[in-house]
Amino acid sequence: MALNILVCIKQVPDPEQFDRITLDPVTGSINRAGIPPVSNPVDRHAVEEALRIREAFGGTVTVMTMGPPQARKCLEDALAMGADRGVLLCDMTFAGADTLATAAVLAAGIRSAGDFDLVLCGNESVDGATGQVPAQLAEALGRPRVTCARKIEFADGGNIALVEREIEGGFLRVEVRLPAVIAVVKRINRYRLPTIFGILEAGKKEIAEVGCAACECADITAEAMGLAGSPTRVAGIFQSHLKRHVEMIGGDPKESARGLIKKLREMDAL
Amino acid sequence: MKDILVWAEQRDGQLAGVTLEILKKAMDLAVILKGQVSAVVIGQECRQCAAELIAHGAGRVFVVEDSRLALYQADACTKILCRIIGETRPDIVLMGGTSVGADLAPAVAARLGTGLTAHCTDLHIEAIDGRDQLVMVVPGWRGNMMVKIVCPEKRPVMATIRPGVMEKGGADPSRRGEIVAVSPDIDEKDFRARTLERVRESEEGALDQAKIIVSGGFGFYEAGGISLLDRLARALGGVSAGSRPACDAGWVPETRMIGQSGRTVSPDLFISIGASGAPHYTTGFAKSKVIVAIDKNPKSPIFDIADIGIAGDLREIIPALVEELESRR
Repeated sequence: MALNILVCIKQVPDPEQFDRITLDPVTGSINRAGIPPVSNPVDRHAVEEALRIREAFGGTVTVMTMGPPQARKCLEDALAMGADRGVLLCDMTFAGADTLATAAVLAAGIRSAGDFDLVLCGNESVDGATGQVPAQLAEALGRPRVTCARKIEFADGGNIALVEREIEGGFLRVEVRLPAVIAVVKRINRYRLPTIFGILEAGKKEIAEVGCAACECADITAEAMGLAGSPTRVAGIFQSHLKRHVEMIGGDPKESARGLIKKLREMDAL
Repeated sequence: MKDILVWAEQRDGQLAGVTLEILKKAMDLAVILKGQVSAVVIGQECRQCAAELIAHGAGRVFVVEDSRLALYQADACTKILCRIIGETRPDIVLMGGTSVGADLAPAVAARLGTGLTAHCTDLHIEAIDGRDQLVMVVPGWRGNMMVKIVCPEKRPVMATIRPGVMEKGGADPSRRGEIVAVSPDIDEKDFRARTLERVRESEEGALDQAKIIVSGGFGFYEAGGISLLDRLARALGGVSAGSRPACDAGWVPETRMIGQSGRTVSPDLFISIGASGAPHYTTGFAKSKVIVAIDKNPKSPIFDIADIGIAGDLREIIPALVEELESRR
């Protein structure tokens, strides 16, 4: 039951350094200069899951990303983990995309890259954090979807995936016939780190660069891509005003404990 | 821009809490827009939800009942919701940003070719580019910034709402509304993905009901860890919770994780212990009535968002606090 798997991944600014993002008060634009790009954390788990499925059942693993030329780095990382080939969807026409336009271009890229039994994604990116792309990609491909997957098994010679899908307080057991789109959460596996050998091998693997023209052949027009194809717009960015005026309680531990209880009683909070 | 449709999520005939939070906001918007609020509820037997939805402000409730819809079915629900939106043509569609809502909403938006904004913490009407638009506010970059999103052309404007952020309205049994039974009109093709079973693993909703929440950060390890946290929560008559690092350490269950990637709560009293106050944590409880911060570092940003603060050695302060509270019982 060899499965051809495609994994969608994304390059994001390092989430550990999000607190360095500043807002220009004049232009209202975001400054994130100096924050290094990394692979979206949960996407590594999606690549890992694809590699495990290939190891168990045979097949191929293709990784794809949409982004600027430097997004090639996250494809190289996935190839070093063991993926077979990469596809970089890169074109100025793709820029400024919201989730709908992103899903449209990813779907066109997938169609132009071959036939896949399974498309895997991380459940959400850490920067946009909408979690909307996997379900919208499934719609654009006309395939069924399962999101929030924490376990994937196969039945019927690889034609059916049995998925544990997380919900509040437990999970749903979902059965889906392939081809399908499945979005995974971090707890699905522990991902491997690339070995030196893997990194050397990655240099020999192919990364195909696909632009707007190739996507247009796969049935979408430039009007559906990037900013032009995005129904939503950013109307403004502001810093959240969560600040309160704090009253500090001092003294030794016993005094401060008593002081806190007294204060909370006064405020009718206890 | 006028009419609003709310997808009312239910499980076993129980409405999700976020549904009532959305209804209150929808009613406030409808007053400004001079429009009508409708709700749609899908399930095996969910007619009883209609009365509650009407009491909370829905002027019309579409009820879709089918024995095959006892559990969330992604394909079938997408089809049903798209059809109802297509036939009733609301200008705004609001859904809860629950794990299921966050699966259904993007598929519906994609099939309708319209815009969707995820996990909104506020909705309001504001003049943008010279005309009144629905502004959807979402936390960006793990809560370090707030982003205003609009959907200028496509209709309906769609949004998922982060649970626990907006205020619930009260029920008014004197409200009247129309209940419309809608045939599901689904067949075998609408179950390409089929949910077979729901497995419960842990309590849910404990945080939603809690009036007092005590949340531990990684730094609370030093002060005696989970047992002391639970003891403090008990002494206060509250519930314990934790930050992302505390949950990652396996110390607090993920269902009680506070913050951007966990739960948003707004209890009467929130006490944070041993967490420095990263935005992705503090956005999870910033709307609590009273916030107390206890941390060893007096310069921690957690004190900027608290009403009352204590800086000092947690190993001394927390036991003293527990002792003081227990002796007063």
